Amino acid sequence: MTTRRQFIRISAMGAGAVMAGVTGYKLFASGLTDGQKATLAALTGRTPTYCEVCFWKCAGWVHKDEKGDIKKITGNSEDQNCNGRFCPRGTGGVGMYHDDDRLRKPLIRTEERGKQSFREATWEEAFDYIAEKIKVISAEHGPECIALFTHGSGGKYFSTLLKALGSPHIAAPSYAQCRGPREVAFQATFGETIESPERTDIRDTKCLVLIGSHIGENMHNGQVQEMSDAIDKGATIITVDPRYSTAAGKSKYWLPIKPATDLALLLAWINVIIAEELYDKAYVEKYTYGFEYLRDHVKNMTPEWAYGITTIDPTVIRETAREMANAAPAVIVHPGRHVTWYGDDTQRLRAVAILNALLGSWGRRGGFYRPETFELPEVKHPPFPTPKRSWRTEFPDMYKMADTVLANGLCDATIPDPSRHCQFQAWIVNGTNLIETLPNQENTMKAIQALQLLVVIDTMPMEITGWADVVLPECTYLERYDDLRTGPHRKPQIALRAPAAEPAYETKPAFWMARELAKRLGVIEYFPFEKMEDQLDWQLKQVGSSLEEMMKIGVKTFDRPYDDLYFAPDEDVEFYTPTGKIELYSTTMEEAGYDPMPKYTMHEEPPAGFYRLNYGRAPMHTFSRTSNNPNLTDLMAENSVWVNPRVAKEWGLSTGQYIHLMNQDGKRSEFPIKVRVTERIRWDSVYMVHGFGHDQKKLRRCYGKGASDTNLITKVLVDPIMGGTGMRGNFVTFITDLGGEEVAS
Amino acid sequence: MRYAMAVDTKKCVGCSDCVVACQTENDVPIGFCRDWVVERMDGTYPQLEVELRSERCNHCDNAPCVRCCPTGASHIVDGGIVVVSHNKCIGCGACIASCPYDARYPHPKGYVDKCTFCLHRVREGMKPACVAVCPTKCMYFGDLDDPNSDVSLVLKKRKYKTLIPEAGTKPQLYFLI
Repeated sequence: MTTRRQFIRISAMGAGAVMAGVTGYKLFASGLTDGQKATLAALTGRTPTYCEVCFWKCAGWVHKDEKGDIKKITGNSEDQNCNGRFCPRGTGGVGMYHDDDRLRKPLIRTEERGKQSFREATWEEAFDYIAEKIKVISAEHGPECIALFTHGSGGKYFSTLLKALGSPHIAAPSYAQCRGPREVAFQATFGETIESPERTDIRDTKCLVLIGSHIGENMHNGQVQEMSDAIDKGATIITVDPRYSTAAGKSKYWLPIKPATDLALLLAWINVIIAEELYDKAYVEKYTYGFEYLRDHVKNMTPEWAYGITTIDPTVIRETAREMANAAPAVIVHPGRHVTWYGDDTQRLRAVAILNALLGSWGRRGGFYRPETFELPEVKHPPFPTPKRSWRTEFPDMYKMADTVLANGLCDATIPDPSRHCQFQAWIVNGTNLIETLPNQENTMKAIQALQLLVVIDTMPMEITGWADVVLPECTYLERYDDLRTGPHRKPQIALRAPAAEPAYETKPAFWMARELAKRLGVIEYFPFEKMEDQLDWQLKQVGSSLEEMMKIGVKTFDRPYDDLYFAPDEDVEFYTPTGKIELYSTTMEEAGYDPMPKYTMHEEPPAGFYRLNYGRAPMHTFSRTSNNPNLTDLMAENSVWVNPRVAKEWGLSTGQYIHLMNQDGKRSEFPIKVRVTERIRWDSVYMVHGFGHDQKKLRRCYGKGASDTNLITKVLVDPIMGGTGMRGNFVTFITDLGGEEVAS
Repeated sequence: MRYAMAVDTKKCVGCSDCVVACQTENDVPIGFCRDWVVERMDGTYPQLEVELRSERCNHCDNAPCVRCCPTGASHIVDGGIVVVSHNKCIGCGACIASCPYDARYPHPKGYVDKCTFCLHRVREGMKPACVAVCPTKCMYFGDLDDPNSDVSLVLKKRKYKTLIPEAGTKPQLYFLI
């Protein structure tokens, strides 16, 4: 075996690079720095929060110096999501507050949409402008033509506003661009969803199977912590990924699968588990429906069959299946998180669910536990009016198992089309950079150009704010109260977010914005509390706590009402499915006209000279929302494209070289991207971290750094079952001649 | 008393949380760092191995930076921790050149700066910021003279290595392999 060695200093390149010229520094007094003093003062002066840099929502403490300036954030040791340890993004959350590119004042557009010409406005002006437009649109087209896209705490308040106005059209891209297929598949199988944080009992598992899931690079805190605990306890990790991910490096088995063939591997595993009678017989007998159908269905889907498709050695398929069975029921075939890949994602996740059912891991220690959410009293207000129209009527007989509004569905239904009635006229977008979130950017822009009103609420000038008619600057999570975090987790728990500082500039909390708009739109009765803190105190007092107490402790844990984290031995369990059983054969899917058991279908392969575009996450960033964060940019300032050395040789590529990528539709990356030649990627695909290549010039730190994968995802493989947007069917080639173009540095 | 740290390369995921936690704890200016993460890869697809490790000052028993410091700014305090007195440092950079681990950087305020094992926290009975924050709990810190400290226990149990032992610096940063 020839050995290639790579030695990369991943983060913080500064120290070596700036060694020149160290002479002539002036003397400086020693003693404790402000951050160090904050540590010592922490025991007295600290503010509770839960994080909003990603949506794991870890609870922690914000520490300030004597001047009241925010210095650092640490975890709350009582918190189940983080166990006292924040991840790099949470620790670097201070950068979100200190970022001097933040939105500062309300803005109103002065020229046509797309040109970034804005004038500063007062809050009064901005609200009046929005309210006036909404009134006109509601009167002419009905309130249903107003849509909300949200990802974050503010979404709750704007949701209340929309529902009060009579629109049900509230979408989060975390569904159809991310977790949706998983939730639909597990709902169909077990009658319950996975939710976030995931109900995976990784801490106590003996075998963790990751399929394209890159925990460790995907830095969802509690999962990473529990994977580490599992490693400590000697658990087996099996990773299926065409890329040698960080998790693959921790695994006993790494299956370097041919991209887009995971479903064949899953079916072969099911085949082995059944053929070798490795399944949990008592569990399958007692709890499941359709085992015989499944046995017949997978009869011919042998490891040898899968070998031809996946390139995984049949012996390895058998061996790994036995590993899982040996560990059962303390085994987790992980459902993943971002799973909208190839358009048959619900079916792939059904195979994952079925495999878990055969191994008896659902409801068992080391498998999947029953999460508990704390029930808080809801704020009392009049019932919401009943909407007269739904987005669903625009998609007859499609996406029948979508159990929530599709962000891409709303986007598609905004584009004028003679076949559609409910063209959306207004979008309110809170905390999600739709341009980088929804695939097929041209489509998104076409929809935006058809709108009468686009309001964007954000803390940063993202690409989407450049398209807005009105931009409302939100203060960061460190400067506001928000609703209490209530779970789900092993124990019911609540966490408080309180402001550690006054909102900077003229920024305001989303709660206040939604309420001000409600006043102007005549629906103020849906916001009975004038101040968030009064609402929190009212809620807390009814559950035996108070805002005063929560300010001191940040997190409060309650007992589970029942001792039912796992199924009791021989417990009679009624599952929320039509048969009351775990449905190996899905009656819901059959009823809706979809395959009741998953079938492998071949996906398109890259043409000659093209490579499948795979994308993922880096532990120090959350999508595109952190790309400009000074602390996190310092850890990773741009992405690179991973290329296998064989491919690099063919193309004459070398590490550090900047190139353009061009996809199958001739779409060229807007900015050049740095090449990383590495053995860690298969020769038939390339890999890049999502969230870079910003073309918003107001993001001064990250503008033009790296390339955007979303930019290259023009082909979308839509899941017919629930409308998820499969994004891994795009292929790219390399353009090495930059033609004198300068690279941002 | 002999303070030391062990980093478990089998658990480290290279997230760089240790880096940002150190920066915010110790007011390390953006663009500089007292600790950093290294990725080393061996092999060809698909026979691969990746080692991830969080590195910092090795707080050497035989510290070249202390020996070469012309002003005595670099010196050794409690439990062998190597520190720099900012008010004595003239920023000459001799220590930077002498350190085989590239662990020191010139602070823009004019002195040389480096990891202190978070001495200010350790004196208060707390763990260094990097150890306290690490989501994978891959770092162990403590007194090697105490057989029951986290670091003594883990070094007894596991195989480990140090970096560039041939430099003769007797480093006190151990990597569990």
